[in-house]
Amino acid sequence: MVNPVAGLGGRVGLKGSDGPDVQARARELGAVPRASERAAAALEELKARVGAAVVLTAAGPMGEDAVRAAGLEPDVRYTPDASDGPDRADASGTTAADTVAAARALARHVDLLLFAGGDGTARDVLDAVGASVPVLGVPTGVKMHSAVFGVGPRAAGEVAARVATTRAFTEAEVMDLDEEAVRSGRVSARLYGHLLVPDVPVRVQQRKVGSSAADPYAVGGIAAELAGRVGAGQLVLGPGGTTRAVAAALGVDVPVMGVNVLRDGRFFAADVNAAELLRLVTDDDWTGGTWIAVTPIGGQGFLLGRGNQQIAPEVLRAVGPDRLLAVATEAKLAALGGRPLLLDTGDPGLDGVLAGYRTVITGRGRTARYPVQGA
Amino acid sequence: MTGSFAHPYIPNSAPDVKRAMLDAVGAESVEDFYADVPADLRLQAPLDLPAPMRSEAALVRHMNGLLGRNTSTRDALSFLGGGVYQHHVPTVVDEVVDRSEFLTAYAGEPYEDHGRFQALWEYQSLMGELLEMDVVNVPTYDGFQASGTALRMAGRVTGARRIVVASAVSADKLSKIDDYVRPDHDVVVVPVVDGRADVAAVRAAIAEGDVAAVYAEAPSFLGVVDPALPELGELAHAAGALYVVNCNPISLGVVAPPASYGADIVCGDVQPLGVHMSFGGGNAGFIATHDEEHLVAEFPSRLFGVVPTAVEGEYGFGDVAYERTSFAIREEGKEWVGTAAALNGIAAGVYLALMGPQGMREIGETIMANTRYAMTRLAAIPGVEVPNADAPHFADFAVRFTGSRTVAEINEALRERDVFGGHALSDRDALYCVTEVHTKDDIDRLAALLEEIAK
Amino acid sequence: MSAPANTGPVSIEDARIAPKPPLRRFHQARWDEPLLFELGTPGTRGVAVPAPEVPLDDSLPEALRRKQAPGLPEMSQLHVLRHYLRLSQENLGVDLNIDVGQGTCTMKYSPKVNDRFVRDHRVSELHPLQDDSTVQGVLEVMYHLEKMLAEISGMDRVSLQPGAGSAAIYTNIAMIRAYFASRGELEQRDEVITTIFSHPSNAACAKTAGFKVITLYPDADGYPDIEALKAAVGPRTAALMITNPEDTGIFNSRIAEFVDIVHEAGGLCAYDQANANGILGITRARAAGFDMCHFNLHKTFSTPHACGGPAAGASGVSDKLVPFLPRPTVEFDGTRYYLDDDRPESVGKIRPFYGVVPNLVRAYAWVMSLGAEGLREVAEIAVLNNNYLMKKILEIRGVSAPYAEGKRRIEQVRYSWEELHKDTGVHSEEIGVRAADFGTHYWTSHHPYVVPEPMTLEPTESYSRQDLDEYAAILAEVAREAYEDPETVRSAPHNSTIHQIRHETLDDPKTWAVTWRAYRRKILGQ
Repeated sequence: MVNPVAGLGGRVGLKGSDGPDVQARARELGAVPRASERAAAALEELKARVGAAVVLTAAGPMGEDAVRAAGLEPDVRYTPDASDGPDRADASGTTAADTVAAARALARHVDLLLFAGGDGTARDVLDAVGASVPVLGVPTGVKMHSAVFGVGPRAAGEVAARVATTRAFTEAEVMDLDEEAVRSGRVSARLYGHLLVPDVPVRVQQRKVGSSAADPYAVGGIAAELAGRVGAGQLVLGPGGTTRAVAAALGVDVPVMGVNVLRDGRFFAADVNAAELLRLVTDDDWTGGTWIAVTPIGGQGFLLGRGNQQIAPEVLRAVGPDRLLAVATEAKLAALGGRPLLLDTGDPGLDGVLAGYRTVITGRGRTARYPVQGA
Repeated sequence: MTGSFAHPYIPNSAPDVKRAMLDAVGAESVEDFYADVPADLRLQAPLDLPAPMRSEAALVRHMNGLLGRNTSTRDALSFLGGGVYQHHVPTVVDEVVDRSEFLTAYAGEPYEDHGRFQALWEYQSLMGELLEMDVVNVPTYDGFQASGTALRMAGRVTGARRIVVASAVSADKLSKIDDYVRPDHDVVVVPVVDGRADVAAVRAAIAEGDVAAVYAEAPSFLGVVDPALPELGELAHAAGALYVVNCNPISLGVVAPPASYGADIVCGDVQPLGVHMSFGGGNAGFIATHDEEHLVAEFPSRLFGVVPTAVEGEYGFGDVAYERTSFAIREEGKEWVGTAAALNGIAAGVYLALMGPQGMREIGETIMANTRYAMTRLAAIPGVEVPNADAPHFADFAVRFTGSRTVAEINEALRERDVFGGHALSDRDALYCVTEVHTKDDIDRLAALLEEIAK
Repeated sequence: MSAPANTGPVSIEDARIAPKPPLRRFHQARWDEPLLFELGTPGTRGVAVPAPEVPLDDSLPEALRRKQAPGLPEMSQLHVLRHYLRLSQENLGVDLNIDVGQGTCTMKYSPKVNDRFVRDHRVSELHPLQDDSTVQGVLEVMYHLEKMLAEISGMDRVSLQPGAGSAAIYTNIAMIRAYFASRGELEQRDEVITTIFSHPSNAACAKTAGFKVITLYPDADGYPDIEALKAAVGPRTAALMITNPEDTGIFNSRIAEFVDIVHEAGGLCAYDQANANGILGITRARAAGFDMCHFNLHKTFSTPHACGGPAAGASGVSDKLVPFLPRPTVEFDGTRYYLDDDRPESVGKIRPFYGVVPNLVRAYAWVMSLGAEGLREVAEIAVLNNNYLMKKILEIRGVSAPYAEGKRRIEQVRYSWEELHKDTGVHSEEIGVRAADFGTHYWTSHHPYVVPEPMTLEPTESYSRQDLDEYAAILAEVAREAYEDPETVRSAPHNSTIHQIRHETLDDPKTWAVTWRAYRRKILGQ
C-alpha cells in the first residue's frame, strides 16, 4: 500500500506532508511524488528474493502502479472513492481516510502489510490495523521517527522477503512529530503506539574466533540488572520496546502505550500522565524509593523529551538525577555510531543537570558510560 | 636486514617494491604511518634480541642443537601418564592434520571452509557415538577447561553454589577448576578412600544443600574406574544437582560411557585420541550433553549443526544459534568463545574413523589387560605395593615403594637405564601408566629393574 | 572439442596461449563428499591395534561395561584418508588464498620449516612429567621465548601457559583478581573498564572472573572516549582492558593518559596486544605504562591458525604482578633449566602443564629467523601493506573507512559498505560470500556492529603488492556486480564447494542437529 503523497514536503523544505494544504503547497513548489517509485524498488527486491508473486494492493497510485513497475502481478482489493471530496489535493492525491480504508481492506488477507510512507502514514496504519497483522514500512516520508521502517526501500524489500521463511515479529514504536508545531519552530514528538514488525536481528553467523557469547540484543540481562538495583522499590518505566521487553522479562505485562509504574516488582499503574506521575513519585506513603528507567526511543537517541514527556521536569527533580536509569541494548548504543543521547525535557536547567557521562545499563553486570547532552 | 636484504617471509621488503608502494600512497617513508604514535612512546633503540639465523639451513642447525638436548619417549621406555598419555598416533592422522589446507585455515565461512565445518561436525558426531550423547562442542582448549566450563554450566542450570568433587582429581586440575569457578561456586573435595569415592561422605556433603554438581572422573587421576560411579549420579539427581563426569575417551570401547550411568554433562580431553603429547601441549577439551534445550543453551562453545543447502543432497553446516531460543535470556553471560583447539578435534575424528568400533574395543581391552598385568607384576616385587589393586584400573595406577629408596632415587636409577619411572605423588608413591604401546617385554623389563632397584 | 583435421604445418600462433583475464576463473574443489557415516563397510578397519599379549582383565563391574559398540564407521585406511583429503581441499587457508580478509586475526605465513621442528619426536613425543634433565632443549626454548617476548613488550616476566588469546586475557584478569585479593581490595574493586572496539573477550573474561563491566564507546573521531573513561573510573575500578590500535586500525595517541587516569584511581591496566603486528619494535606496552599485556602467538608470531587452534597466548606482567603468574615458571640457574612450581601466590593452573608447546617452539624459531631488525621490518611492511590496500579499497564505489578521515592506519582497517548497501540493498555479508567465488573471503566485525555493514581487512607482511592488487580487484568486481547485477551477489556462492545454506533450522531446538546421532533421531526419525 502506497501513500502516494508521502515525502512530498521534504524535497521542497516543508517539514512533512500531512494535510491537503501542505501537499498542495508542496506541489506548487515543484515537488514530484516519489513514493510509488520507492515502493517499486522495495517490491523489486522482494521479487528478486522470493520470485514471482501476487501482491494484494490498492488501485493506481496507492499501490497497483508500483506493483506493476516492479514486474509483479497486482490483485487490487481496494479502490479509493473517485468522488472529489474537499480533502483532495488533486486527482492523484489521497487522504488519511483512504490509507486507513485500504489498510483495513488488505490486512484481512495478508501475512505482511507492506506500506510506503512516513510517520504520518504509519499512524494511519496503526489506527487502521493496530497489532492485528505484521506490517513493514518502506521509507518514503519526510519524518522517519518511527521504528517500523526498513533502512531503505531495498532493505525493506529484503526484510519483507524473510517473512516467507522466518516468522518472527516484534513490536516497534510509531512516533510522530506535530508538524504544525515543527513548522512554527517548536519540536514536539509523541509515541502513538506500537505496530507489529518482522524481527530480523543481524544474523549472528560470522562468529569467527572470539565472539563473546554474550548476546548484544538481549534484554533479559538488563531486566535482571534493573531488578537488582531497584529491589522492592517503585520503578517508573518509560515507553519503548526495550523497556516493555524489560517489563516482560520481569514478569510484568505492561500496556503498549505510555509511562507505566511498577511497585515491588508488580504492576501498579498504567499509562500515567505527568500529573499522576508526579503524585506517585511524591507519594509520602511509599517508602520503598523510586527509580525511573528510560530507553532511547525513536532512532535519534532521545532519552527524554520525545514520546515520554509525561516524565516531566518536576517528576525528574522529585526523583533525583541519580535515580534516572538509562537502559539500552549494546546493539542499540552501537547503532548510534558515537552520537550522544539527547535530552529535551523542556527545562534547560534540568537538561544541564542530567547531561554528562551517564551510566547506561546494557546487561547483567554490564554498563556503558555514554555521553548525554541537551538537544 | 633492512635495505638490501629482502626477507623470504616478507615479499614487499624488496626495496624497489617498498618505494613504489610508498609512492602509491603518497608517503615519504613508513614513518608517516606512525605519526599517531607519540615520540615518548617510541622505542628509541632496536630490540635486544639474539642475532637472527640468516638462512633456513642455519635455523635448522640451531634448532636441531636444541632438540638434541631432549630425550623423547621414543628414546626411552616411559611409564608416565597422569593426564597425558603415550599412544600410537596413526600415520594417517598426521597426514591429515599436517595438510596446509587444514593447518593454515582459520575462521572462514561455511562456503570457503566447508571442509573444516564438515570435519568438525563429523568430530562432534564421532564423539557423540562414543559418548552416547547428542550434543558435543567444537573443542575447547583442554580437559581442564572442559571440566571448569562443564561445572559452570551445571551452576547456571541449577543456580546452586556448591560443587562436590567425589573422585581423586589431580592437584593441577583442581587448581584450575577452583580458580575458574571461584566467582560463583565453592568446591568441596571429598577425599577418596582406597582410591574410591567415599559414598557416605559424599552423601553427607550433598546433604548440606545448595549443590550444583557432583563431579567424578572415570577413570580417576589414580586410574581407578570407580564401581560407585552410577551411585554418585543417583545421589546427585536426588539432590537436584547435575552429575558431571570427566572421562578418558580412549577407554570407552570397553568402559561404559558416563551417559549410560546417569551423567548429565560429560567432559574430558581428546589427547589420547591421536594427538601427540608434545610436552603436555597437545590437548582439546570436549563437553557433551543430551539434546535438551536448557543444557544446550548453557554451552559457551560453538556447536556446529548440519543443514540443507539450496541444492538437493548437499550438506551445509553452520553454528547452532541457541541465542535465538527461549533460553536466550543470558543474564550471566556464558564465559567466552575463542580460538581453542579445533585441529586437535579433527585429529581425534580421524583417529576414531580409523579405529572404528572394533579398534576402540580392542585398544581398551589391550590397555586394561596391560594395566592389570603391570599392576600384578609390580605388586609381586618385594618393596613394591600396588594399592587399590582390587579396583578396576585403566592405564594409570598408583605404586608405593616400601623399601629404602625414595621415588626420586628410584626414578634416577631407572633413568640411567633409559626408563622413565612413574611420576612422584610423594616420596613413597608414584603414578605409573601403561598403554597399548607397551609390550609384555616392556613391563617385564620394568619389573626386573624394580626388583633390582626398589629394595 | 578437437581442432579441425590438420591441413598443414602448425604456426607459432597456434602455440600462443592467450593472456589470462584480469581476475582468475576460480572454482573451489567440490567433491560432493558424503558424511563419514555413509561411507563405512561393516567388517573393514583403518588401523590395526596391538593385540594383548597378556590375559584380558575382567575387573569391570557389569554397570561399567560398555553394552553396545559405538556407532563409529568401519572404513579401510585409504578410505579414511581419501575422505579427509577431500575435505581438506574444500578449505582456503593462508597457504592457498590471499588471506587478508580476516582482520584482527593477522593471517600471516607460517614458515613450513617451523612445522618440521614440532613434528620431530624430540618435541612431539615428550611427556610433560619427564625429569628436567631429559627436556633441557625444550625448556631452553621456552626460557628464551619468554625473554624475547619480555623484551618485545617491555614487561618483566611472561607466562607462556595460556592456550590462546582469550585464555591469555582470562589469565590477565585472574592475576588482576589475585592482585587485589592479596591487598584486601577485591570486594571494593569490582569493575573492569573496556571499549567497544576492544576484543569482546575482554568484557566476557572479566565477567567470567566475577567483575562488572563498563564499556566505553568511541567518540566522533573513532577514539575511545577519554571523558567517558574519566567518568567511569573510581574506587571501584579494578582494571582497564584495552586494545591499541583498536579494531579500526587507528592508534590512540593518548593511550598513556588513559593508563594514567586508571592508575590514579588505583586500577591496573591490561593491554590486549592481539593487534601488535604493526607495532613490533615501534612501541611497547611498558612505554605507555601498562601493568600487563598479552600476545597471540598464532597471530603476531606466525604459528598456524589450525582451523581455530591449537593456538598459543602469552601474558606479560610487570614486577608487582610476577608473584601471581600461572605456575610453573621456567627458570635457569646458570647451568640448567628447570620448572618452578613453588609459587604460593600464583593463580595456579590456566591449562594442563606448561602451554601449547609446539606453538612455543614455532614462535621461538620465527623470532630467531628474524631478529630485532626483522621484527621491525614485519611491522613496517604490514603497515605499508595496510595503507596501500586501504588506498585501493577506497577507490571502490560504495565503501568507506569510517572515522579519522584522511589519517593513516596501523595494521588493519574496519571499512563500511553502508553506501553500497543503501544504494543496492546488498549486505556486507553477501559481498563476503561472493568473494568466495573468486577464491578468497573476508570477515565483517564482532557484534554489535558499530560500523554499519562492516568489513575488516588486515594484510600483514606476508602478501605481495600483486596479491593486494588482486584482492582489491576482486572486491571492486563484486561491488560492480552489486550495482549492476545484485542478484548474482545475493545468490552467491556459485563457484564454491556448496551452495547457499538454509540456516533457519539451526535456530530451532526441534531441528538443530549437532551430531549424526541427533540428525538420525530428530530428522530421519530413526
